[in-house]
Amino acid sequence: MNETVLKKRKFHMTLLFLGAILLTWLSAWVTDYGFASSLEAVPGAMMWMASNLLVDGEALVKLPDIMGKLLETVFMSIAATTIAAALSLFLAIMGSKTTMVNRPIGAVSRFVASLSRNIPVVAWSLILLLSFGQNSVTGFLALFVGTVGFLTRAFIETIDEAALGSVEALRSTGATYWQIVTKAVVPQGLPQMVSWVLFMIETNIRSATLVGILTGTGIGYMFDMYYKTMNYGVVALITITIVLTVIVIELLSTRIRKVIL
Amino acid sequence: MSLLEVNGLTKSYQPGNPILKDVSFSVEAGEFIAVIGPSGAGKSTMLRCLNRMVDIGEGQVLFDGRDVGAQNKKGLRDVRKNIGMVFQHYNLVPRLTVIENVLHGRFGYKSTLQGVLGRFTEEEKRKAFDLLGKLGIAEHAYKRCDQLSGGQQQRVGICRALIQDPKIILCDEPIASLDPNSSRIIMDHLKTISIEFGITCIVNLHQVDVAKDYANRIIGLRKGEVVFDGPSPLLSQRFTDEIYGMKTAVEMRELITV
Repeated sequence: MNETVLKKRKFHMTLLFLGAILLTWLSAWVTDYGFASSLEAVPGAMMWMASNLLVDGEALVKLPDIMGKLLETVFMSIAATTIAAALSLFLAIMGSKTTMVNRPIGAVSRFVASLSRNIPVVAWSLILLLSFGQNSVTGFLALFVGTVGFLTRAFIETIDEAALGSVEALRSTGATYWQIVTKAVVPQGLPQMVSWVLFMIETNIRSATLVGILTGTGIGYMFDMYYKTMNYGVVALITITIVLTVIVIELLSTRIRKVIL
Repeated sequence: MSLLEVNGLTKSYQPGNPILKDVSFSVEAGEFIAVIGPSGAGKSTMLRCLNRMVDIGEGQVLFDGRDVGAQNKKGLRDVRKNIGMVFQHYNLVPRLTVIENVLHGRFGYKSTLQGVLGRFTEEEKRKAFDLLGKLGIAEHAYKRCDQLSGGQQQRVGICRALIQDPKIILCDEPIASLDPNSSRIIMDHLKTISIEFGITCIVNLHQVDVAKDYANRIIGLRKGEVVFDGPSPLLSQRFTDEIYGMKTAVEMRELITV
């Protein structure tokens, strides 16, 4: 690499950087977004949070209620994820290039996965809300559908990278399709898949709050209710419990990952 | 009747660009055959046509009197369980134990359910341990395969092929990823197998010296055509040059010497 090439690179980098600045400025100008005024608003927002989002004795009375709803949400997320994982495993086995039975079935399962993945969970919950009404099944289904899409994609990649050689070897011994899947593909990919499922449980507990607001179920509904009645003390308490739960779940799944990988 | 007969095998992945051209040979039981040739000569494809791991294009492969290309699913399974296969990259399930991987070789004899539930008879388990002992890796039986060295993993691969009770073992570059010492151990084991159990071996190699040392018979492939087929002592310099292409003969020999 000679000097002119290096100089050219440097020039390109500078150009790119200037371009980024220009783009930021332009989009701010178009949307009428003021950097200065938004910065000015920060102290005010902080003040509001500090004075309103305080957990007081009155809010603490609601703690058992909150814990009940929170537990419901956590269990719903776990159930949605594990049941989705079972379906995803099947779709992934059918959709993976290594293990697919034939092309049409492979294409169909990849399409199903892609469809459920590319419609955001928020959109799913609103669509399902119209068809199923306001109950916990709706929230469950919204999480379930999104999870199937994501996990199928992740499982397909896991299978493809884990199992190519051993699938060939088992085929050559005269093993049947399901022998190969259960004895080579699944054992090799399992830790990676469990890891994805744990990740999805974490994600789903977070999204469950949002889905709950939209579908009127679980902790999200409670959050929404107290928020709208301006009972900010309880809102703060709910937020804190959610954050703590997510942290606990994350710590747990990190532990589990260490053991299985 | 020969154990294996290949008649006019022609195979192409893309039309008009055949990787095997009219390959014919027959193999008697108990032979130890080395298939040599440069990369891309079609060695792997030829080997995989023998048990139809890739579809046979034109021509015929007869194994034990059965037309491999004409078998249905069940027939093909029956053919494959009599053909062991050993791979360059061992192709074990790395996370499973050695003994589990060896027992995988029995799937051809089991119903799907028996295989899925992992039901193996005492006899099969005893045989698996016997084979591990024979190849000198019995003490690793309960270790995971990814904890073993390359040479040890390849021996597990050989055990998996042997527990099939195969009539023939196909080895696709079994020593290409191994150091010289492990290579020698693997080749010695293959030779022992062919003599002691009377199992026919077809071994793809790209080391001419190794081929001449171990094989009774050598088949030389070049650009998908058989350019040499005969007892290994008859493989002269002239043929080696032809197989690997005249010009590069000298440097090739330097590269391929183990």
